[in-house]
Amino acid sequence: MQIVTHSHRAGPWTVITVAGELDVVGGPDLRNAVMAEVRDGHTRLVLDLTGVDFIDSFGLGVVIGALKRTRLLDGDLRLVVSEPRVRRVFEVCDLDRVFDFHADVAQAVAGATAS
Amino acid sequence: MNLDGPSGDEMAIADFRPGEIVLEIPARTEYVSLVRVMIAAAAEIEPDMAVERIEDLRVVVSEATTNAIEAHDLHGVTDRIRIQCNLADDEIAVVVHDMGMGFEPDEVPELPEPDAPERLLHESGLGVHLMQMLADESEISATDDGTDVRLVVYSSKRRRRGSER
Repeated sequence: MQIVTHSHRAGPWTVITVAGELDVVGGPDLRNAVMAEVRDGHTRLVLDLTGVDFIDSFGLGVVIGALKRTRLLDGDLRLVVSEPRVRRVFEVCDLDRVFDFHADVAQAVAGATAS
Repeated sequence: MNLDGPSGDEMAIADFRPGEIVLEIPARTEYVSLVRVMIAAAAEIEPDMAVERIEDLRVVVSEATTNAIEAHDLHGVTDRIRIQCNLADDEIAVVVHDMGMGFEPDEVPELPEPDAPERLLHESGLGVHLMQMLADESEISATDDGTDVRLVVYSSKRRRRGSER
């Protein structure tokens, strides 16, 4: 199953909305979407993973790569994760110490952290 | 039984004995999602297997199957990958067998602490960690012709029993 991505601007942030499964098949599509935004100079990204119902280590790697690419250019990356099973995969890898999770895009753009 | 699926007769499924299901798939990433769906559907047959445990199973099966496909791709192996699933009352055991050139889990580099700056250099390498954390038993062993990854996920009830001891 491939993922679907689309992006829009929210102030200084570019929001990439992702739907589908972030694995070895879907992950490369997200990586390409991130690289296209970074190439265009959009280095403050919000990844809205609300529509992601599965993630494995390949998907995590793509998200980590996105954070690395934005920070290398003095940008940043914020995550919207509402699905507990997706959040759990981040937490099992201690990546909740790397990323702040936000409840929705509005909170991510505002910088409000989800509990 | 061969299934005439979307890609013809490339995927085989067979029942060998009660509670055992065997899938054989081409070493192509497009099949990982299908394996997840089928193993999760099999797990749902077991009444004691909670949704959270099935989610753990989906992740670990995805990791092992993806690794197997990558091993075949890396070494130009065209054989199918075999996924064997044994359903029991209180656990589900999955063995993913590939014919790659073997895999040494000890050779996977240790990851830096999550909040260390150098952690961002590691975009891969989390798969073995996820298997170890989400499966109740995980074992990677070399075989004569490749690698077996054995993953066991207990039912929630069995986990509770274990923690009460």
